[in-house]
Amino acid sequence: MTADKTRIARQFIETIPHARALGMTITEISDGFARIEMAYDERFVGDPQTGVIHGGAVSALMDTCGGAAVMSHPEAPAGTATIDLRIDYMRAAVPGQTIVAEATCYHVTRSVAFVRATATDDDRDRPVATAAGAFTVERNS
Amino acid sequence: MSRRPPEPVQVIKQRRDAALTALVGGVPYINFLGIRFDRRGDELTGVMPFGENLIGNPFLPAIHGGVTAAFLEVTALISLSYLWLWEDVESGKIEVADLEAGQLPRLPKTIDFTVDYLRSGLPRDSYARARVTRSGRRYASVQAEAWQDNRDRPIAQGAAHFLMPRGDG
Repeated sequence: MTADKTRIARQFIETIPHARALGMTITEISDGFARIEMAYDERFVGDPQTGVIHGGAVSALMDTCGGAAVMSHPEAPAGTATIDLRIDYMRAAVPGQTIVAEATCYHVTRSVAFVRATATDDDRDRPVATAAGAFTVERNS
Repeated sequence: MSRRPPEPVQVIKQRRDAALTALVGGVPYINFLGIRFDRRGDELTGVMPFGENLIGNPFLPAIHGGVTAAFLEVTALISLSYLWLWEDVESGKIEVADLEAGQLPRLPKTIDFTVDYLRSGLPRDSYARARVTRSGRRYASVQAEAWQDNRDRPIAQGAAHFLMPRGDG
């Protein structure tokens, strides 16, 4: 993937209004891999008694990260949309900590891109959530 | 014959609405997305009014897939929790005053969630309903569907599993 394409992918993600609303930042994107961070924010809390971030915010992060990984793949599509996404929640993210999602687009066919993703907080060895999804491959022409 | 007279309708409504408000109102993320719930008896409909910050693709434009997923997940969890609380609220085992003070019992936790995107979410209001297909002692299965203009043309469907809170025993 060219540096130019990386730049375009990064710009594309950062112009997404909802990605901005959730304060997402791309920290790495190349060749079918993307890492996006989401800082802790009280507005995203799902359980006010514990201050734990809502699973839905983690889902949005995973979905965006998965799409970014697809866009950055060497056989990169011109565009992509999620077909389906499954998310497994292993444990609650620790309140106050940034959530980091990493997604890998591990296979691309003419029409479908397959993605796996993991989300962690400061404890990188114990995932908060994992995800698997299929995305559309939209070709130019 | 001694039969208790039926409760006045406003007492019943107040109790049921208080339970719903207690479940939904205190959750920052639900407010962040602007989701609210309409109630007809024990049937809930999630309503998510369109807002610019929900957009995921500014060129179409379309609602962010993560927002749609979150909307389905919130609807599934609130619907399951509401049905789970229903009997205790109706019997008076859970006091309305406690609910209004924000004292909620522990709620189910999401184990996993799968979302299928069927159509792109247009820049307009979305609705969702969930059906609890099984509510066991430890696990529950819930299906949810979201739509916009046409009930028969859903934009997404979801299936979720939840871990139920442990009872006292």
